[in-house]
Amino acid sequence: MNAEQASSEVTQVPKVDSPLKRAMKDFYNKLKKNKTALFGGYLIIFLIVVAIVGPYLTSFNPSETDYSVKLQGPSAEHWFGTDHHGRDIFTRIIHGLGITMGIGFFSTLIGSIVGIFLGIVSGYYGGKIDSVIMRLMDILLAFPGILLALALISILGASLQNVVIAIAIFAIPTFARIVRGSTLATKNLEYIDAMRALGASDIRIIFKHIFPNILSPIIVQASLFIATAVLSASGLSFLGLGVQPPSPELGAILSDGKDFMWDAGHIALFPGLGIMVIVLAFNVFGDGLRDALDPKMKN
Amino acid sequence: MSEEIILDVKDLRTSFFVDDFEVKAVDGVSFKLPKGKTIGIVGESGSGKSITALSILRLLEKPGKIVGGEINFKGNDLTKASEQEIRSIRGNEISMIFQEPMTSLNPVYTVGQQIRETLKVHQGLGKEQGMEKGVELLKLVGIPSPQERIKQYPHELSGGMRQRVMIAMALACNPELLIADEPTTALDVTIQAQILELINELQEELGMSVIMITHDMGVVAETCDYVAVMYGGKVVEYADVKTIFKDPKHPYTVGLLNSIPRHDIDVDELEPIRGSVPSPKNMPNGCRFAPRCPFATDLCMEELPDLGDVSDENLVRCWIYSERWDGDPEVKEHGPKRTT
Repeated sequence: MNAEQASSEVTQVPKVDSPLKRAMKDFYNKLKKNKTALFGGYLIIFLIVVAIVGPYLTSFNPSETDYSVKLQGPSAEHWFGTDHHGRDIFTRIIHGLGITMGIGFFSTLIGSIVGIFLGIVSGYYGGKIDSVIMRLMDILLAFPGILLALALISILGASLQNVVIAIAIFAIPTFARIVRGSTLATKNLEYIDAMRALGASDIRIIFKHIFPNILSPIIVQASLFIATAVLSASGLSFLGLGVQPPSPELGAILSDGKDFMWDAGHIALFPGLGIMVIVLAFNVFGDGLRDALDPKMKN
Repeated sequence: MSEEIILDVKDLRTSFFVDDFEVKAVDGVSFKLPKGKTIGIVGESGSGKSITALSILRLLEKPGKIVGGEINFKGNDLTKASEQEIRSIRGNEISMIFQEPMTSLNPVYTVGQQIRETLKVHQGLGKEQGMEKGVELLKLVGIPSPQERIKQYPHELSGGMRQRVMIAMALACNPELLIADEPTTALDVTIQAQILELINELQEELGMSVIMITHDMGVVAETCDYVAVMYGGKVVEYADVKTIFKDPKHPYTVGLLNSIPRHDIDVDELEPIRGSVPSPKNMPNGCRFAPRCPFATDLCMEELPDLGDVSDENLVRCWIYSERWDGDPEVKEHGPKRTT
């Protein structure tokens, strides 16, 4: 058999990748077309790497004060300058990145899990359960997010944990609503009936058949909500109700800097830029995801 | 009768409750299905044929409820079975295929994953065994290169292919009864013929009983042994398939047959049944078909006839064949005419 024959032999057998691999490839190809989204994605990865690895590489301690160098502008030694306690802003931001993004990530995670559960139950079972859950969600939605978080923190007390809880609670109704809507649309589709006719239980239908089908709006909402959560967390810290000093949360650093705006603007400027970069990355990425996961934009 | 009866539906009543109003979608339907045979349930949209099917598997959505009657499947009354019992019957002993193959498969899973799931739920088969059985099933329903197809997503398959996959899923656990709810309606004619042939072959091979729900007399002729013609939630005529085509008795059955093209005689114009199905919210008091029936008399309008023996073969719900018939004696003599 010569080489040509051999190669034609090979092409006769269609090569099929594993389903997951193909789905991932397909997804990446679509995301790749959206340059800004891809940029947002890489930026997020970069930020996460910096937040994890960064703290081990900085030459200063984020909470170590050194009054001999207080309120200094950016220099070769202190890249982003120092604050009124002489702490290195760059180091504090690197350390703060993890805290700020962590709050955003975990509050979204907790909020979305609860919201998804309530939304799916509400949409799938309908009736009284639906009315009760959705009215509760309406009550939560009636408060502006940051105000609700403020109220919750004044009840729970200011701490890192409580900031996460407060933001998670105001994430719940957003997710519950989206999930309920998607569940309503999905549960009447024929393949759900077909699954029931084949003997699947409610739990199986909900988790194995409805959930994966409504995953895309959830993922999009989650990536967009992380941006909101980061903003809220920083806002709460700025108001002194979030992470307590000397923890280097970005909003807290910004808050420290506001008293020295005229003399040492860099203290507020750099953490502000940091917050902006995080929010921008998640927002741009979320928008890109929405397009990439939209089934109408196939290929 | 020597045949074993696998499904015995007695006086099934299913209603929908909307705003305190009872809409009787299925109103006293009875039929018997012997093992290995096919019964066709025929009727227009809204005649209650699909609801009958959904009632058998207890798949009705909320405002719908079985309000009376019995569904005896191998001696067990399904109307009294617990949710768990009925779930272990669905897909296992009684399977159902739907009319929309394009949307009846979950788009996020591959064909293989979906077939495996049924096997896992009912037989506890693992991944490897499930995959093997899946390939076997795809081969059984005539899908070429099943090893590759099993890894594909529904959107990569054509409508006919998807319906084959649906049939494969329905057959996964060797059901004794297959309910096919207009399985060919959404497919084009050549594919329709293939799918019907496939169902026929598989039925013979596996010895299943089939309930074929359709509005297409052609499908009935090709697949069924017995036919129940439904109108307004009631069976109006019940007979074996030969009798239905050769000697239909009910004016509605005759109307249905007259409204399809025929090969044996030259017909210039098809005869439609005038009017449309009455809304289940205000069913006529008398015979459901009376307002559209060319032979209807006052008696038909006022009183509902029973489903009675007319000849050895037909059960018909019509006043024409009763002693109380007060219309044209000519009609009684010869029955409603088919187009000639």
